[in-house]
Amino acid sequence: MSAPLLTIADVAVELPTPRGNLRAVDHVDLSLDAGRTLGIVGESGCGKTMLSRAVLQLLPKKAKLTGRVMFDGVDLVRLDKERLRRLRGRDLAVVFQDPMTSLNPVLTIGTQLMETIQEHLELDAPAAKARSIELLAAVGIPAPEQRLAQYPHQCSGGMRQRIAIAIALSCEPKLLIADEPTTALDVTIQAQILDLLAREQRRRHMAMIIITHDLGVVAGRADEVAVMYAGRVVERAPTQALFKRMHMPYTEALLAAIPKLDAAPHTPLPAISGRPPDPTRPLKGCSFAPRCRYAADRCHEAKPELKSAETSGHLYACFHPIQMAEGIGA
Amino acid sequence: MMQLAVPAKPLLNVDNLVVEYGLGNKIVHAVSGVSLQVARGETLALVGESGCGKSTLGRAVLQLRRAKSGRVMFDGEDLTAMEGEALRKMRRRVQLIFQDPIASLNPRRRIGDIVAEPLIIAGVRDAAERRRRVREVLSAVGLDPDLVAGRLPHEFSGGQCQRICIARSLVLNPEFIVCDEPVSALDVSIRAQILNLLEEMKARFGLTLLFIAHDLAVVKAVSDRVAVMYLGRLCEVGPSEQLFARPVHPYTNLLLQAIPVPDPDVRPVEGVAIGEPPSPIAPPSGCRFRTRCARADQRCSAEIPELREVVPGQFAACHHPLA
Repeated sequence: MSAPLLTIADVAVELPTPRGNLRAVDHVDLSLDAGRTLGIVGESGCGKTMLSRAVLQLLPKKAKLTGRVMFDGVDLVRLDKERLRRLRGRDLAVVFQDPMTSLNPVLTIGTQLMETIQEHLELDAPAAKARSIELLAAVGIPAPEQRLAQYPHQCSGGMRQRIAIAIALSCEPKLLIADEPTTALDVTIQAQILDLLAREQRRRHMAMIIITHDLGVVAGRADEVAVMYAGRVVERAPTQALFKRMHMPYTEALLAAIPKLDAAPHTPLPAISGRPPDPTRPLKGCSFAPRCRYAADRCHEAKPELKSAETSGHLYACFHPIQMAEGIGA
Repeated sequence: MMQLAVPAKPLLNVDNLVVEYGLGNKIVHAVSGVSLQVARGETLALVGESGCGKSTLGRAVLQLRRAKSGRVMFDGEDLTAMEGEALRKMRRRVQLIFQDPIASLNPRRRIGDIVAEPLIIAGVRDAAERRRRVREVLSAVGLDPDLVAGRLPHEFSGGQCQRICIARSLVLNPEFIVCDEPVSALDVSIRAQILNLLEEMKARFGLTLLFIAHDLAVVKAVSDRVAVMYLGRLCEVGPSEQLFARPVHPYTNLLLQAIPVPDPDVRPVEGVAIGEPPSPIAPPSGCRFRTRCARADQRCSAEIPELREVVPGQFAACHHPLA
């Protein structure tokens, strides 16, 4: 088997804050093969965005990054600025949550699309324009030629996200990182954008990382899912295996907290009590222990390492994994 | 279930409400003739996508936005005809909770003062009485008054700030609360806590709620009836369980289908959602949903569908309902 397209090895990110160092990403290992989709799931502050920024080498200036990010045979952490710049936008593309802030408000859509294309693909202006029109049509924008002359504010949120995706896809990237690509959008638009990403991924045989807080978004669309909590990956498995049997109580609680459409009205939701720990004050034991209904003394004393479950490729970090019978999500 | 569908003596009765905004020389048709009733003790969920007018409707109910025409009857009194002192008095009985809990708390004031503010406005002069009420509501929403009253909003997480906002809305013992997307800004695990808290407060204080949300899945857990809104008009109104099980308006159906299912065996059906909502400045003729509807025909563009009872208890404004 060939090496994975992306290998994240022992990556840790620390941010200095007035209250002490904040460990945003706490020694994460992940890998992704070409053409596959990895879903990274977690709540705000769990480090999922910082991890993606570490891959893109777009961390805040003060952040301290350790570990390795191997992409297509090169270590991005040690790559010089110029080569990194050439890689980003071409082989390594990103779509952010808020399409309003990721597009430049004072440049036309055409300028922004053609800028990327000309920068990376050495096409002349007419060829770049033709390709821009082609891309806008591919992401489902009606009358693409007229759109080129428009500014972002003239487009709806869904349209802007389609444009951001068109820019990301413009140079046939090998890996697309979609960081909460649909969180700012309405449900019917969310469904369209997720469809679009899935279709383009299949067509281009591109690898994709979908970062989301919603297990529902990754369930039908990712090959593998990694669940993050307080900077660590706490469970990771092929999607089918994960939903068939969750080992980590946090994963189960995340699933249980999603309102069920078939539940009777006024059914209390199984809420997770408390809130995530303060990332500037790391806990000695499992970081989910204070909120976990299965936690025992040991969970507060020692940190559980990621270990393998019986099913292949399924990893979890928990001393008291959920037994089949007592699962509340089942 | 039947009497819930059409409350005989509703606490809130919105009658043919029209709200419009001026935008240069154009008019935004935010709410175009909406009628709905909420019975005492009931939770009515008002669901729709951004720009459909659901928040405008919520504000127009509280008279924070004046309607162009139509009436808002609250407990038999016409709020649209009220002004000044009368309206201020009435507002003690109707409260509002906003989407962004952090932005709706003054960052420079202490929690105890923030929660006591409505009491001061309502003229409760006795400081000891005010303190007692503040302690009572803070405890009710699961916060320790001794620990939180002296602190500032930035010391709290989003979920805790929403608890503080709920406490503030409860401090005057209101009968009716408009909750405008109260959990949209919160994480999934916190969202469930706040939804459960709202249910608990509703039972404990005998509240009636108008719960505004963009996500049908969220309202399932808290609503008795659901009203689905699209581009300024109601599409469908019905008892929650019935509407979720068998939606009759194509738009309700689309909203339900678009919810991602947390089960890998349920493959997402591609292509269920088509197009985007048109602009409320120039809404389509006839049925406003027709431009995105697979069932639309000529009649839909010519004739505005009226809300009618399609199946018992379930109302839809559609020429070609799914039932």
